Amino acid sequence: MRTALTFVVFLFSSTGGDMAVAFAMKRLGEVKSFAPGVIIRFLGRAFREVWMWLGIAQMTLAFCSLLALLSWEAVSFVIPATALSYVVGALGGRYLLGERLTPERWAGVGLVCVGVALVSWGQL
Amino acid sequence: MNSSQAPLVKTSILITLLVVFGSAGNIFFSVGMKRIGALHDWSLTALRSAFFAIFGNLWIWLGIFSMLLFLASLMLVLSWADFSYVLPATASMYAVVPLLGHFVLGESVAGPRWVGVGLISLGVALVGRTPPNTTKKD
Repeated sequence: MRTALTFVVFLFSSTGGDMAVAFAMKRLGEVKSFAPGVIIRFLGRAFREVWMWLGIAQMTLAFCSLLALLSWEAVSFVIPATALSYVVGALGGRYLLGERLTPERWAGVGLVCVGVALVSWGQL
Repeated sequence: MNSSQAPLVKTSILITLLVVFGSAGNIFFSVGMKRIGALHDWSLTALRSAFFAIFGNLWIWLGIFSMLLFLASLMLVLSWADFSYVLPATASMYAVVPLLGHFVLGESVAGPRWVGVGLISLGVALVGRTPPNTTKKD
């Protein structure tokens, strides 16, 4: 039960963290120039966005829950299972960020998810 | 390069940078931690000396620097590209590390990992065929 709950916390906080960062960046708008000054100003503005800090807080929670999971369970279970975050991320992109996921993109996400699990499993 | 290709080109460049900085960061952290060695004693004194050993290690700082560049690239690409486009593309890191391990370091890579590398590459290629941004209102 403890492992399952922590895994759910990990899954949602890791994806939620990345999504909060994505949302913050979309609020700032597209970077059109790659001049160093423009990039530095953009990054500076990003760190004044509440969503950016919400993202960092969730990433920190994800990191702590991953460490807890690794201390309780075999790494051969934990790391391949984290590949599920690609599916959760795609669902979040679709339903929370309003992105349009074509069948082609879903198929790609599915293959990546299985591939990451296999690569992680194979090295343990 | 015409205007319809420009977003695809800059997205591809940023995703390549993400994969390079992310993979380099992981490799630098791995080299640094292997040089420091495993932590067996969890006393406060041992933890304190481990802390100084970690943050006094050049490889760890190279890893931190690479990861900061990874975060900056991620923030830039997410300013225009879909999250559901960028996230699977960053999984290329999982394919690059075994490839580098095999072809550069001469490590043996087990069969299931090669299948995984193939599936990730195919998945990233499929996602790459979709438009990077599906939410832009023109």
